[in-house]
Amino acid sequence: MADLRHGPARLLVTDDNKVNRLLLQRSLELQGHSVACAANGRIALEMLAAGPFDLMLLDMEMPEMNGFQVLEHLAADLALRDLPVIVTSSLEGLDHIVRCIELGAEDYLPKPVNAVLLKARIGASLEKKRLRDQQKELVRRFATSEVAQDLQQSGFSLAGRRVRGSVMFCDIRGFTALVESQPPEETIELLNTFYTLMFDAISGHGGVVNQMIGDGLMAIFGAPLPLPDHAAAAVDAALEMIELIELLGAERRDAGREPIRIGIGIATGEMVAGYTGTQQRATYTCIGDTVNLAARLEAHTKVALRAILVDADTCTELGGRIATEPLGPVAFRGKALAVEVFAVPCGAPVADRADG
Amino acid sequence: MTAAVIDAATLAELEASAGVDFVKELVETFFEEAPAMLAELKRALAAGEAEPFRRAAHSLKSNANTFGALALGTLARELELGGLDAGRQSGALARVDDAYQRAAAALTERGDG
Repeated sequence: MADLRHGPARLLVTDDNKVNRLLLQRSLELQGHSVACAANGRIALEMLAAGPFDLMLLDMEMPEMNGFQVLEHLAADLALRDLPVIVTSSLEGLDHIVRCIELGAEDYLPKPVNAVLLKARIGASLEKKRLRDQQKELVRRFATSEVAQDLQQSGFSLAGRRVRGSVMFCDIRGFTALVESQPPEETIELLNTFYTLMFDAISGHGGVVNQMIGDGLMAIFGAPLPLPDHAAAAVDAALEMIELIELLGAERRDAGREPIRIGIGIATGEMVAGYTGTQQRATYTCIGDTVNLAARLEAHTKVALRAILVDADTCTELGGRIATEPLGPVAFRGKALAVEVFAVPCGAPVADRADG
Repeated sequence: MTAAVIDAATLAELEASAGVDFVKELVETFFEEAPAMLAELKRALAAGEAEPFRRAAHSLKSNANTFGALALGTLARELELGGLDAGRQSGALARVDDAYQRAAAALTERGDG
């Protein structure tokens, strides 16, 4: 009887009637699930807050807090609104049942609950939940938790919004030569290590990696969620990234391999942040002059032979808290006026002129 | 009264899915709980409290239907839908009491047999 393909699920039975509660618990346990019980809505919400459940069976007629009120609470709670709820009740009247579904109940089973039907509905609900969890996990893995949270709260819209923040581009120096000098498996391993270290440093300072481009990445500080002091956060993250790459380089040297070096460009200012793409396929990103400038600064690290370059706005916002060194104006492709460029001194060996 | 005291098919199905021994325990629980529901019907009717009256009738109906106690379920449903007015009909609560006693006797007999 038990379907344990996916392991037992943890279910909550909420019913004020003891006979109903015991019977549902028994049926579900025979199906291989682990079951907890609550005698009314208030107790159920307390139990849901205390521990994770995969699904709830909910009676409607209850003292203290009835099923409708429970459904309303769940819908308003970001952490609980995806919990599948199957209403089990002997409610009279179709309008009550319709209201349950409208309030977010996944399904409705009339009492007395038929054991076979119960098993089928629970199986279907858990399967749907597993798919939703997988989707959430995918969004989380590929879109960062900030974007996932923004998506969950505001929904998906292709419209952008104007924000002030700092943008970072980072890239591995001499990557092409590196790829040619070692087997592809080693390159993949190196890239994974590189991204793990960079993600750590960036998210540790409140930044969000929104794009991975071959051997490089783009990160945003200040969107989708506002970040106070985003310029300093970005520069601090950059300094930590350089430090981590040096540690990785030392490790590689000990293993008889070439150390790797990176270049980082940071620019601060206004940008338009939002989802770009089509309704079917979109990515969260920022666009605008600030973004272009950060990319140009990153490319310029190869010319300037410095590991971290920032623009004047970033420098101003640092207010001297982190040392910078003016390199003078540079004429960038696509920019009408020359741009003041500043280097952030760090212990890293200078980047060479090899390809990027 | 046209409905059977206990619908054999419903009870057999319950035993098949939940287990005979478990159903015996469940019947015991029903015997422990039901008198309070009947008492609540009387209390709420006397106090003129419509919502508790309806809820007690609803609970009784739900459990009666679980065990296939069709006559009791039908009477309880009439009270749930009809509310205090239905409860005030002459002999209404006595009929529910009576239906419960018969259902309880039939369930006990089956459990002992």
